[in-house]
Amino acid sequence: MSGKPKLYYFDGRGRMETIRWLLAAAGVEFEEQFCETREDLLKLRQDGHLLFQQVPMVEIDGMKMVQTRAILNYIAGKYNLYGKNLKERALIDMYVEATSDLNEIIMHHPLQPPENKAKHLASIIEKATMRYFPVYEKALKDHGQDFLVGNQFSRADVQLLETILMAEECKPDILSKFPVLQVFKARISNIPTIKKFLQPGSQRKLPLDAALIPKVISIFNIGNE
Amino acid sequence: MTGIPKLCYFNGRGKMESIRWLLAAAGVEFQEEFLETREQFEKLLQDGALLFQQVPLVEIDGMKMVQTRAILSYLAAKYNLYGKDLKERALIDMYVEGTTDLMGLILMCPFLSSEEKEKQHTVIIQKATNRYFPVYEKVLKDHRQNFLVGNQFSWADVHLLEAILMVEEKNSSVLSEFPQLQAFKARISNIPTIKKFLEPGSQRKPVPDDKYVETVRRVLQMYF
Repeated sequence: MSGKPKLYYFDGRGRMETIRWLLAAAGVEFEEQFCETREDLLKLRQDGHLLFQQVPMVEIDGMKMVQTRAILNYIAGKYNLYGKNLKERALIDMYVEATSDLNEIIMHHPLQPPENKAKHLASIIEKATMRYFPVYEKALKDHGQDFLVGNQFSRADVQLLETILMAEECKPDILSKFPVLQVFKARISNIPTIKKFLQPGSQRKLPLDAALIPKVISIFNIGNE
Repeated sequence: MTGIPKLCYFNGRGKMESIRWLLAAAGVEFQEEFLETREQFEKLLQDGALLFQQVPLVEIDGMKMVQTRAILSYLAAKYNLYGKDLKERALIDMYVEGTTDLMGLILMCPFLSSEEKEKQHTVIIQKATNRYFPVYEKVLKDHRQNFLVGNQFSWADVHLLEAILMVEEKNSSVLSEFPQLQAFKARISNIPTIKKFLEPGSQRKPVPDDKYVETVRRVLQMYF
């Protein structure tokens, strides 16, 4: 037993990616076990490893943690990426709940039927540029600090960077009207742990290949459970 | 300005209800401003009161808090309903995310067609009895304590009670195979703050009706 956290998911981003980002940002090495087939997922269930029969699951500190938010909260708390006090935590939570909302929409994009795809993409871009990015642009502009909350690197910065990069994959110039976010993106990307994670060969996962969609649907039985 | 938290939402359950439960459980008085018209909502937007243009909104301790989970986490920590340490917190978070997923299935029901509603009811009962309730039943059975986590009343207990009552509204015998949960339900319902919240005349909201659905659609201009 290595003592390192061990991540159980399929070999792709999905709901585990934010967890990978946060561990990487904290400089924490982790292992991964991938569900390649539906049987792999069913075996995890049968062996009683999944509290609510779902992945993500992360083995960490003697716990088999499930539920993405619970896992992220624990990692952030453990590695001091959750602010200095309750009010900073509240601000961080507001910011990351919003990035999660946007991520959720982006995550579902590959699964849209072809006739819906264009409309769905337009909705992602609209939400990103009208609802979410303006908030972070303003927050950074108003306090003039390097990090979103409390003048200190936190999960909010990590999660915002992740979301920005995913949004740019949808529309490369999506930050064109957000100069402060462009600088933020460059700055956070340059943090050594993050820089390392952004390099090829890291445990960061690629966007979902269209060819893999049927496999993902089959592993998770999407639409039926 | 009274200093008590102020909740801004529709006059109905929705995503605000878990917040009402938690405040009530903690014995915290709160005010409510109900959204009835589109104009009210647009005014909130224009005034910049809604960080991401959404409700729930809770004004508390000088903050205009949005995002349901952010609000709930803040309240839980502030009122000592979030466990004693990081590991208890982790357990509470896991349990609460489970009940959130379960209640999420119920949240959308009022907005479904009657045919979809029937299908959804089946899903709710099936998930409740196969996926969620067995977990909490086992937790309580294994440690034999009165509360889910750390032998101490927490947000997890409040949230589970809320979920149980909501599922029972769909099927009153849903706890028949879960004796621990039946005892848990009785026990938590008897906590004075909770008991008070469960009495008629409290700020607890009733099962959503057509008027509620119509109000939400009108205010948010979301015709789904």
